[in-house]
Amino acid sequence: MKDGFRQSMAWLHTWAGLLVGWVLFAVFLTGTAAYLRPEISYWMRPELALSRPGPENAAVAVAAMQAMAPDSPSWFITLPNERETVTRVFWRDPKAQGRRFRDAVLDADTGQPVAARETLGGDFFYVFHFQLHYVGVLWGRWIVSICTMFMLVAIVSGIITHRRIFADFFTFRPGKGQRSWLDGHNVCSVLALPYHLMITYTGLVLFMLMVMPWGIDRAYPGQRAAFNTEAFGNAPPRQRAGTPAPLAAVTPLMEEARQRWQGGRVGRVIVQNPGDAHATIQLIRAESERLSYNQQSLTFDGTTGALIHDSGDSGAAAEVRGVMYGLHIGRFAGPLLRGLFLLSGLAGTAMVATGCILWATKQRQQAARRGAAGFGTRLVEHLNIAAIAGLPLAMAAFFWANRVLPQGLAQRGAWEAHVFFIAWGLCLLHPLLRRGRRAWVEQFAAGALGFALLPVLNALFTTQHLPATLARGDWVRVWFDLGLLGCGALLGLLAWKVARHRPSAPLPRPAAVLALRSLAEAAP
Amino acid sequence: MDVSRAINGTARRTRFRPGAEARCRAGIAMRLLAGVGGGYAVAALFTMALSIGLPMPRAEAVLTATMASFAIYAAAIVWAFAAPGVLRAWAGMAAQAALLLLALFLLEGYLP
Repeated sequence: MKDGFRQSMAWLHTWAGLLVGWVLFAVFLTGTAAYLRPEISYWMRPELALSRPGPENAAVAVAAMQAMAPDSPSWFITLPNERETVTRVFWRDPKAQGRRFRDAVLDADTGQPVAARETLGGDFFYVFHFQLHYVGVLWGRWIVSICTMFMLVAIVSGIITHRRIFADFFTFRPGKGQRSWLDGHNVCSVLALPYHLMITYTGLVLFMLMVMPWGIDRAYPGQRAAFNTEAFGNAPPRQRAGTPAPLAAVTPLMEEARQRWQGGRVGRVIVQNPGDAHATIQLIRAESERLSYNQQSLTFDGTTGALIHDSGDSGAAAEVRGVMYGLHIGRFAGPLLRGLFLLSGLAGTAMVATGCILWATKQRQQAARRGAAGFGTRLVEHLNIAAIAGLPLAMAAFFWANRVLPQGLAQRGAWEAHVFFIAWGLCLLHPLLRRGRRAWVEQFAAGALGFALLPVLNALFTTQHLPATLARGDWVRVWFDLGLLGCGALLGLLAWKVARHRPSAPLPRPAAVLALRSLAEAAP
Repeated sequence: MDVSRAINGTARRTRFRPGAEARCRAGIAMRLLAGVGGGYAVAALFTMALSIGLPMPRAEAVLTATMASFAIYAAAIVWAFAAPGVLRAWAGMAAQAALLLLALFLLEGYLP
């Protein structure tokens, strides 16, 4: 009975993981890249110069919005901070059909739209990791949420399956074929297990009201706004008065917020109904200053500048949700902690990858005993190559597109994404021509070359090359170029390892049974 | 299909019975349905019942219940595959759902 239980869990672990493994791999890797979203965006706009955030940024941005979108019912302004030196704005366009929001990137000091190339920047990876691309916002979010649920089941059943969770922490037996893959999978999983559990569960919580709407629909039938007011202390929306009135100056409000938050910084400004007698100005505290993502905000009357609402402290459950949210996106983390988050994200990526490879290796060994590999095994092997070796290559292609595509190209930002998917699609076709190990080596090597040449490309196409940025002390660009070289080196190492790899003979049966009981017996 | 047998809780001798493979697959499909479909129903009922039943402000109850629902869902799926037999898996799921439904009705005052 006990063994039967463990075997069922092993079965569940294998299939829950394998069925959505490739999606999970992509979500993990792009999600890990999303920790560097502002840095990626900065690197992808080489025209941007280093600048320092100043106290006048908010007033400059509001003036720019008054010139650019005076008729808009709402403006959303993200002020520059220590990681991002531009002001990002988006606003509701009353005249636009379809896409109701328009956006722009502004120079923090002048308020002019920056003359930078059109690019999705780091937002591409960030958005892809929770709603994919091409499939529509809702579809993408549902697909990723369902895959995340599979991930949670795989983690829970994996923990149950795993008897020697602490011993395996220290166990790695390299060069032993299937057993090494199992060890590697265990090390990646156990090493960062709290992180994996945290990131998976909090990922579900982010979209919980979409995936599990039954509670809120029961308690607040058709009153989501009332829920938001009660749960998060958001100010209830104000109706338009219809009489024009000038907007109050924003700089004194910024000062008042700073005093109320004991020196805390404003991260975002939201203006509702600008130019109307019922305008409001909401100041939201910077995300980097708090673990919880629940907004701490002050809402002022937009004409008199009087404080009309303080978000105050939210309840315990709302705070738990805010902390989960904050932990997931990790914007509170300083450089060191962010580095650890990055490493843990990579461990998660490796966990998924080794799990998928382990399954294929195990099938291969059974096939060797039986004679021929079945269609399922070959399909998994094929998809493993395209996902695991292909995705980094596609990411390199995305960065290449950013540098190489002509500046005047219509829809240039969208084309960067198209190039990413074209490259990934080619990686999916490539293993049809070059089987097995060859395909692995070639895709890894191409990815390595792609990343390693990016700093060179950077020097050819822009003035922001490594010596120049070093001389100027633009450390974000310096670290980014070095990081690209590091990615190239890592992929090169993988290519070299795979190329040198000699497949070991199948394990003798008794040893296999002893060592691999938990997982080896699992895969049907 | 070693594990399909383990999953269905049947003995080793099934290997040589005709139709055993098909029964294994049917058993897995039934468990899958119990776990994914039944589990979601249980989690949804759990969320509803707690959202209106927890002794705390309404918004807090909704958040608490919804955040916890994924743990319930995962546990339900694990149960669907851990139960000794397919029937037991379904029975457990149905019993949970019935209990939660009863609690929901009581909380909303439909029953005396």
